[in-house]
Amino acid sequence: MDAIFLQLLNGLDKGSAYALIALGLTLIFGTLGVVNFAHGALFMLGGFCAVGVQKLLNLSTQVKDESIPGLEMMVDVPYLQVWFGDTGAQIISFAVPISVIVAIPLMLLVGVVMERGLIRHFYHRTHADQILVTFGLAIVLQELIKSFFGATPIPVPAPQMLTGSANIGEWLGMGAGVSYPWWRLVYFCFSTAVIAMVFAFLQFTTFGMVVRAGMRDRETVGLLGIHIERRFTIVFGIAVVVAGIAGAMYTPIVSPNYRIGMDFLVLSFVVVVVGGMGSLPGAVASGFLLGILQSFASMNEVKQLIPGIDQVIVYLVAVVILLTRPRGLLGRKGVMED
Amino acid sequence: MAALEVSGLKKSFGGLKALNDVNLTVQFGTVHAIIGPNGAGKSTLLNAFVGRLIPDAGSVVFDGISLVGLQPHEINQAGVVRVFQTPEIFGELSLLDNVLIPAFSHRDGEFKLNGWSRAAEQAHVHEVAKHMLEDVGLYGKRDMIANSLSRGDKRRLELAMCLAQEPKLLLLDEPTAGMSRADTNSTIDLLQRLGDGKVTKIIIEHDMHVVFSLAEKISVMAQGAIIAEGAPEAIKTDPRVQEAYLGGAHL
Amino acid sequence: MNTLAKQDRWLLIGFTLAILAGPILLKPFGAGYPDLLQKFCIFGIFAVGYNILFGLTGYLSFGHAAFLGIGSYTAVWSFKLLTMNVLPAIILSVLMTAVFGLVIGFLCLRRSGIYFSILTLAFAQMAYNLAYSVLTPITNGETGLQLVKGDPHVLDRWFGVPIVDGIPSTNFFGISMVGYSGFYFCAALLIISFYVAMRLTRSPFGLMLKAIKSNQNRLKYTGVNTRSYALIAFVISGCYAGLAGALLAVTDPLAGADRMHWSASGEVVLMTILGGVGTLLGPVIGAGVIKYLENIFSSFNEQILNGVFGFLPDALQHPVVKFVGLFVGEGWELTLGVLFLVLIIFVPGGLMQGFQSLQRRVFPTQPTPAADATRGAH
Repeated sequence: MDAIFLQLLNGLDKGSAYALIALGLTLIFGTLGVVNFAHGALFMLGGFCAVGVQKLLNLSTQVKDESIPGLEMMVDVPYLQVWFGDTGAQIISFAVPISVIVAIPLMLLVGVVMERGLIRHFYHRTHADQILVTFGLAIVLQELIKSFFGATPIPVPAPQMLTGSANIGEWLGMGAGVSYPWWRLVYFCFSTAVIAMVFAFLQFTTFGMVVRAGMRDRETVGLLGIHIERRFTIVFGIAVVVAGIAGAMYTPIVSPNYRIGMDFLVLSFVVVVVGGMGSLPGAVASGFLLGILQSFASMNEVKQLIPGIDQVIVYLVAVVILLTRPRGLLGRKGVMED
Repeated sequence: MAALEVSGLKKSFGGLKALNDVNLTVQFGTVHAIIGPNGAGKSTLLNAFVGRLIPDAGSVVFDGISLVGLQPHEINQAGVVRVFQTPEIFGELSLLDNVLIPAFSHRDGEFKLNGWSRAAEQAHVHEVAKHMLEDVGLYGKRDMIANSLSRGDKRRLELAMCLAQEPKLLLLDEPTAGMSRADTNSTIDLLQRLGDGKVTKIIIEHDMHVVFSLAEKISVMAQGAIIAEGAPEAIKTDPRVQEAYLGGAHL
Repeated sequence: MNTLAKQDRWLLIGFTLAILAGPILLKPFGAGYPDLLQKFCIFGIFAVGYNILFGLTGYLSFGHAAFLGIGSYTAVWSFKLLTMNVLPAIILSVLMTAVFGLVIGFLCLRRSGIYFSILTLAFAQMAYNLAYSVLTPITNGETGLQLVKGDPHVLDRWFGVPIVDGIPSTNFFGISMVGYSGFYFCAALLIISFYVAMRLTRSPFGLMLKAIKSNQNRLKYTGVNTRSYALIAFVISGCYAGLAGALLAVTDPLAGADRMHWSASGEVVLMTILGGVGTLLGPVIGAGVIKYLENIFSSFNEQILNGVFGFLPDALQHPVVKFVGLFVGEGWELTLGVLFLVLIIFVPGGLMQGFQSLQRRVFPTQPTPAADATRGAH
């Protein structure tokens, strides 16, 4: 029982990442009608935002090493620590949350530039062309990151106070041995907060209402005299920001490297398709579901039954759903049906 | 002899009864028009004929073959050819190719793995294509790309494509929709000439001039059912028809 | 109409001569050596086959690298178990990919458009994962499948082929597949593959494929079973990929999971687009150009760059070398990506489109060219 609960939790943080990426993908597809193969790369960019911030905060200078008396040794100490002592060290340790704040305007800029400079010109081209151009962009982004940061994953630790594990078992009356890393819990709460904010925005603002209407029926919205295109940039920007901060926050869980974008992208597409292309609740729900499914599939007991199942379970589910119910779990009928 | 027998056809979308027990008989070689106000269910009926939707109940039998549940391409191979409302053509290909494709489909059936012979050397098929293009007056433009045609020409191309399949039943969905008077007249002309008695034609139309020029028999639909049927003269003066168009609780 | 057949004959002859004279023609470009020439042919075959599905029929598949991998693995197993003779290896590879192509194609083609592409992506990733970590008895996972000393070579022993000391090399009935003979073997297969693709394009079957790309819905209402046509196109293009994979193993008996990563599918898309989607020569030219550029760009390093830009003043030289350095050596993938982007945005018709525009400007007497079975674009 404990093991199952743990796997459930395990699946939640990966599922959160899937859900956030899928959310952005669906927003973009539902509103702009564009299939954005670069979305995973944006998640990766967010991760490297954290890397960058971490590097920045850790800019060091040479200071005389006091620990070994008598020996003239120089050691690297970060500026922040030199100037602010312990508080400085604390700031450095909070690199990830800081990077989220930094990532928001940065990713917004990236998103706006992307939409205005590139995607805009592809609205009326075929889906294949859209896939290809965003695919090309993803490769370029990925390779640029590889050039500047190298090919090995760069660890980005969570803030000092959150690096341990929480004793969930005690809270919920289970065995005392059940514990779960603090940061993963934080990530899960973070992602639900972001999802809630996006949904609130869509539900409670006029802008959001127009976007939702546009997702349901673009033509009618246009006929009502509303210029939906003007809102495209903003929607795209939101989606990009969501992907970026999701990536930034994820870095303590999985050290970012240039490949992480593509790995998450493929799975996120699967998530979107399973949830139903064009359905936001569907994307979120299936993100969590598939994350949990993958987690359960990687349990040792399951792997003994069917070796390698964890590698393929998500794709198998996608194939089955695509073949039996192409509109996905919560998709609307008629979207991309053939 | 009955070409098309429709009996008890029903289709509902949620609470809306789009087809409400439709019964229709169309004789071989005749031109049969289906008219009615908007929302009467004419397009739904047509979609049921070509396999685009599956009725909830009832049967559609053409030339002895039951069409319900068949795939669109199977229905087409049975001899039922649909002329689209907005001309649907193979835009990136030449006019000649556009007509060759249905001609090949007619000769080879729904699938044939003939990947070695040269399409350009299939003399008989090319004869058919040439004939069709000449009939609609487009042979001179045969090497042009289909997308570059005017709308009227596209309509003519589409007709050529449909006739290249030697259809037994031609289903025309508002063939003159949005056309100028001149284009309409030339389309009527075309439809009168082509097929000459061997092709059964069912035309859904709003333009009464077209209907009365071509139709030998008219069925009037309203609210999912056939409310009147008969020769054009009889329909003209039928009070039920007038009420369906001018009165009643529809837009 | 016979003019097209005549045109095609000249095209085939010209193509054959160009390929066979490859070593000589490409020497001044530094590309005349067997390894690279073999790659040209192999990826040319891959691209020609891919074009049948993508360029002709209009279906974008991200999964064809999987067929490449299946071809390679099958070939290496044939070498290990049966014989070092390449003929059985090639035949088995094509058969194997045909079977897989039928199954995967049948499933994927139940949907079209984006769904189809995503389905192929899902299958590709599944295949990659399976090859990498699950089916390791067959694929040897990360290390890759190789020839070892203890290989049975059943057929070879049966026919009394002498046992070699060490690892034997692949051969075509005795002719070693290393060096130029290996190239000519691949070249022969390329020419045959090209011819087959040409016949296919000019056939009624090819016409139907083009119709699918143009307006699949209309084609259904024209009585054509589009799914069957698309499936055969899928299988054929898969077989081409399998053949290419087998040839990769013929020239270098090794099969790795990396070959199956879906990003490798991206490369063949690029080749097809660069050369010209839907044309006959386009994919071959695209494959050649990409492999050639890869060869050059990958071999540059900082030293060479410094040599090239040595004429610049030091202050300029350093940033220039740094910048250009991004795009060469390890940065080849970046160049590929940029090339990809530039192509899609500005020249979606590829090199062939460029040639044809040039041709029209030099010889303005041609009528509006319609790339179809009766007129034919090459």
